[in-house]
Amino acid sequence: MYVILDKKDYARGTIVNIRIEAPEIAKKCSPGQFVVIRVNETGERIPLTIADNDPLAGTVTLVFQIVGKTTALLASRNVGDFIMDVVGPLGKPVEMKKYNKKILTVGGGTGVAVLHHIAKGYYEAGNEIISIIGSRTKSYLIMEEEMKRISTEMHITTDDGTYGFHGFVTQVMDMILSERGDDIEFVVAIGPVVMMKACCDITKRHNKKTIVSLNPIMVDGTGMCGACRVQVGGETKFACVHGPQFDGHLVDFDLLIKRQRTYIEDERISLFRSIK
Amino acid sequence: MDLFNKVEPKYIKYGSYLHIYCPHCHKSLNVEKKDQKYILVKAKFKGQEGFIKLSPYLNIFETETDLPLKEGDIVDDMMCPHCGESLLVDDHPCEECGAPKVAEFIVSAFSKLIPFYICTRYGCKWHGLTKRDEQLIKIKIPRQDMPEQDPKLRKFNFLEVPYGYTAELAGIEADRCLQCKVPQCVQGCPVGIDIPSFIKLISEGKYVDASRKIKESNSLPAITGRVCPQEDQCEARCVVGTMDKPVAIGRLERFVADYERNINAVEVPEKKAPSGKKVAVIGSGPAGLTAAADLVKMGHSVTIYESLHEAGGVLTYGIPEFRLPKDIVKSEVNYLKNLGVKIEMDAVVGKLYTIDELLEEKGYDAVFVGVGAGLPRFMGIEGENLGNVYSANEYLTRINLMKAYKFPTYDTPAPRGKRVAVIGGGNVAMDCARTSLRMGADEVTILYRRSEKELPARLEEVHHAMQEGVNFKFLTAPVKYTGDKNGMVTGAECIKMELGEPDKSGRRRPIPIEGSNFMMDFDMVIVAIGAGPNPILFDTTPDLELNKRGYIVADPETGKTKKDKVWAGGDIVTGAATVISAMGAGKRAAKSIDEYLNSVKKTKKKH
Repeated sequence: MYVILDKKDYARGTIVNIRIEAPEIAKKCSPGQFVVIRVNETGERIPLTIADNDPLAGTVTLVFQIVGKTTALLASRNVGDFIMDVVGPLGKPVEMKKYNKKILTVGGGTGVAVLHHIAKGYYEAGNEIISIIGSRTKSYLIMEEEMKRISTEMHITTDDGTYGFHGFVTQVMDMILSERGDDIEFVVAIGPVVMMKACCDITKRHNKKTIVSLNPIMVDGTGMCGACRVQVGGETKFACVHGPQFDGHLVDFDLLIKRQRTYIEDERISLFRSIK
Repeated sequence: MDLFNKVEPKYIKYGSYLHIYCPHCHKSLNVEKKDQKYILVKAKFKGQEGFIKLSPYLNIFETETDLPLKEGDIVDDMMCPHCGESLLVDDHPCEECGAPKVAEFIVSAFSKLIPFYICTRYGCKWHGLTKRDEQLIKIKIPRQDMPEQDPKLRKFNFLEVPYGYTAELAGIEADRCLQCKVPQCVQGCPVGIDIPSFIKLISEGKYVDASRKIKESNSLPAITGRVCPQEDQCEARCVVGTMDKPVAIGRLERFVADYERNINAVEVPEKKAPSGKKVAVIGSGPAGLTAAADLVKMGHSVTIYESLHEAGGVLTYGIPEFRLPKDIVKSEVNYLKNLGVKIEMDAVVGKLYTIDELLEEKGYDAVFVGVGAGLPRFMGIEGENLGNVYSANEYLTRINLMKAYKFPTYDTPAPRGKRVAVIGGGNVAMDCARTSLRMGADEVTILYRRSEKELPARLEEVHHAMQEGVNFKFLTAPVKYTGDKNGMVTGAECIKMELGEPDKSGRRRPIPIEGSNFMMDFDMVIVAIGAGPNPILFDTTPDLELNKRGYIVADPETGKTKKDKVWAGGDIVTGAATVISAMGAGKRAAKSIDEYLNSVKKTKKKH
């Protein structure tokens, strides 16, 4: 049993940030890793990427968007409530070291939370960060302050132009890479699958290595079931043990999108029942 | 003697009351008084005449005499008290003690007459039928079937298929056992259960004692009674099996374990005094549970680390409810907890803790690795990543561990298909096929690349699957899957096989027949072709030596790995095998760990 210590929400309550007490996981986890949670006895196991950890306080921060039954259930839990199971840290951590050139980090939607953990890791390893974060509209933009704190240069985009650049993160990224691509070591792009796919199409053109973080359907998260298989460079990989970070230029995004929709009907039934 | 009928397919139960007659005058020798029943025989010893009273119960030996007989004395003659004729026969020495002569009587059993013998040596235990007659009678008892759910009904529910023996059926089946002096069955058992002894206890009606007898060498009899491939192990070597079907050892094992649990007679056995040593067990499957049970009984403090949210390993996530009810697994796990074993769930060793951290920071004196073979295998053919193509592990985990068969009460979505293909011929394939029937499939087809004879699954599982209407397509393998525009599987292109020369496993190698490709329509495919080692633990323990196939190198006798203080056993050493072989490995490792821990204690004292 893991207690919720803090709870915040963004984007009119559709994105939730919780801090839970999990001292062992907080001690061991590194940027890029995730946990699998199960809210209650009848609950589903879902993977959530760790957005932050505090080894001294023994806490782990999770940021998630409400998309289905389980995320809605988790969002309904308040400070002081318990989560039945939190398993982790799972997945491979991102390799942290000092690079010569700057790192361009691009985040969209809830992906900014995951991006922040990784970007913070690079920052703490002594790297200079340029970041671009975006959302549908101003009220849906998350973690702007936190990203600002670790970035030497920061760009904001909104699809409707209510804040920052009017357009997509990909457009700003394309401009930066065209202007001063030589200053940049590599790109980290995290967000919805379509966004990551669009980012990779552009960085391929600029010949810039791009790290993406995949979020396929998972059950156990320890390599036991193979639900999370993704195709990377023509090979089948398990996102839970080989990832979730992969070289974006090799990922078959179309397959990922299709596989994510396997249970779309069941998910609708489940969510509908929980609202009713 | 013409009087005797041929032995009929009947049996005389252990301890039965016998009616004994004189073969000469045909008068009854039974004496029935108010408070006692006995057989009365006249006897001569050193010129003195007297009586011997014997118990009339088969194989129960009590005797009384007015002659001055000491244990081991041989009486000179035995006579019928009615006609006075001698009963001794010449050409028949005692089977038990070898005394040169025995007395012959007639016993009436089920209205048939059979010869019955009493040894002339006072104190000799032989008091019954000749071994040959006994064997003939026992072999004529047919192997008792277990009552089970009707296949037409059961394919719509998840309730357990066999109901198990009743006490009566168990008694009859137990009497088929010949109580061999050199029991072959025990040699076939990976954990060496004293099979004849526990079956004898069933014959005597001592079911709880029988269960405890098994538990001396196997702490999970309710589970192994259900999932062991007995036909390849104990029952394969049963002597009765050479003439008829073997004794149903597995069903008897299951019966006594269920009996003991159902009447709440499960007791926590005595433990040795605390040794002060700590052992970590990684994985709570059959190997881990067995090792933990043995180690805690030896007086060590044991903690099991389990990565999932429920204990039991493959018993929980793999084997379906209708084959192994999860309540049974839970009660076995509780038994362990009552023994004092601590279980930490949600603890992924290799990620949350490394083995070195367990040894150094957490202060464990030894570690046992029993993580199983949990990495699903795929064939690597085109279309395998389409939607609705599952690994058997994923399918079964969703249904069993996550209880997706109760969706939407439980949140985990369940894969559903109307036309399902299961690839593979093992127990897991049978489980997947039968589960998908229960999940509402119209048609389930098992594709197996060899023929029916080579099916690696337990006979009973294949039989049950066929009864429930699972189709089998032998000598067939998929070569690619086709999908629709949404990326969901629509069918498989298959190829026919023929059998060639036997390979290393002794089974004939399947060879594809060129040009025999054909299409089959499916809307769901489950790949059940085996599992490999999960590397998650090894990534952080580079000094654990692995073999070419990625399994841990460990001594087969002791389970000791090349790494100091670390033992391993079960599928992670041998590759995918059976529950009972994993338990055997857990047992041997526990013994070796115990010896090691005791030796450490001794060397410390010397200093």
